Amino acid sequence: MAQAAVAHVEGQQHPIKLYLVVWGWLFVLSTFSYLVDYFGLHGYLRWSLILLFMILKAGLIVAVFMHMAWERLALMYAILVPPVLVLVFVGIMVFESNYTLFTRIIFFGAGT
Amino acid sequence: MADAALANTGAAPARPSGWQGITADWSSDQRAFKNVSWGKAMMWIFLLSDTFIFSCFLLSYMTVRMSTTVPWPNPSEVFALTIGGTSIPLILIAIMTFILISSSGTMAMAVNFGYRHDRVKSAALMLVTAAFGATFVGMQGFEWTKLIMEGVRPWGNPWGADQFGSSFFMITGFHGTHVTFGVIFLIIISRKVLRGDFDREARGFFTSRKGHYEIVEIMGLYWHFVDLVWVFIFALFYLW
Repeated sequence: MAQAAVAHVEGQQHPIKLYLVVWGWLFVLSTFSYLVDYFGLHGYLRWSLILLFMILKAGLIVAVFMHMAWERLALMYAILVPPVLVLVFVGIMVFESNYTLFTRIIFFGAGT
Repeated sequence: MADAALANTGAAPARPSGWQGITADWSSDQRAFKNVSWGKAMMWIFLLSDTFIFSCFLLSYMTVRMSTTVPWPNPSEVFALTIGGTSIPLILIAIMTFILISSSGTMAMAVNFGYRHDRVKSAALMLVTAAFGATFVGMQGFEWTKLIMEGVRPWGNPWGADQFGSSFFMITGFHGTHVTFGVIFLIIISRKVLRGDFDREARGFFTSRKGHYEIVEIMGLYWHFVDLVWVFIFALFYLW
C-alpha cells in the first residue's frame, strides 16, 4: 500500500525494465499459444493450453500495462468483478446451444 | 475550482487497505475511486462497457458454433499463408498478434516517459505505437481481402458452417474499428505532447479542461484494452 501511495505522487512511475520484462513474457506466451496450433494439439489439452495462455496474457496486460496492480481495491473490484459475471452468461448460452443442436439433429437429421 | 478538485491525483491521506478499504472508499459519501481522477475512472468504466460488447460478440460466436450441425471451417487452414512454397498455418494472425503486443509495449513506455515530462520520447513512442496499429489494420485489410476473394460472405463460405463469415466479419471488424480510432487519437495526443500542451497545462479545445500528462495514461488504457481484446479473439476465434 505504501508503494501505491508513493507511485501516485506523480502518476504511475515504474522502471522501464518492468515493461520490457512483461513485453518479453507476452511474446513468449504468444509464441506458446501459436505453437499449440502449429503442432496441431487437439481436444482438452489444446483448449486448456489456449485458455491458460490467454488468461496469463490478459492478466499481465491488465496488471502491469494498465497499472491495475497498483490501484486501490475499490477500483480493482469495481472493474474486474463484472466481467467475471459474464461467465454466468456463458453457462446459460452453452445450455441453450446444446438444446438448439439437439432439436436441429432431431428435426433436420444430422448434418443434412 | 472544480477543475482543481477533480483532477488532483496527488498524495492522498493514508486510507485503510483490503476489504476495509473497499467499504471505506465506497461509503465515504465522496467519490469512490480515491486516487484516480474522473478521467481515468470514466475510461475504466467505458472499457468495462466495451468488455460487455465484445463479450456479447464472442458469446454469440460461441452459440452459433456450438449449435450448428455443419462442421466449422478449420481456422488453422483458412488463415494459412503460403510463403516460399510452404503453407504455414495461421502465420498472418501470429504476426498481427506480435505487432499488437509490441504496440502495447511502446505505449506503456510512452506513458512512463510522459510522466517524466520527456516530451520527445513520449510523443515518439506514441507515434511508433500508432504506426504498429496502422500496420495491424493494414494486415487485417489484407486478410479481409483474401477471404472475400476466396468467397467468404456473412451468409456463407466454401468450407463449412455459414455462420463463420458473419462471426468473423463482426468480431474482427469491430476490433479493427477500435484499433483505427486508437491510431487517430494516438496521433492527436502525441501532437499535443510534442507541442508541450501538458507542460503548459493548455486547455483542451473540446472540454476546456487543463491538460495533464495523465491524458497519455488514459490513452494508454484504451490502447492496452484493444490489445487485450485481441488476446481473447486470437484465443477463442483463431486458435479454438
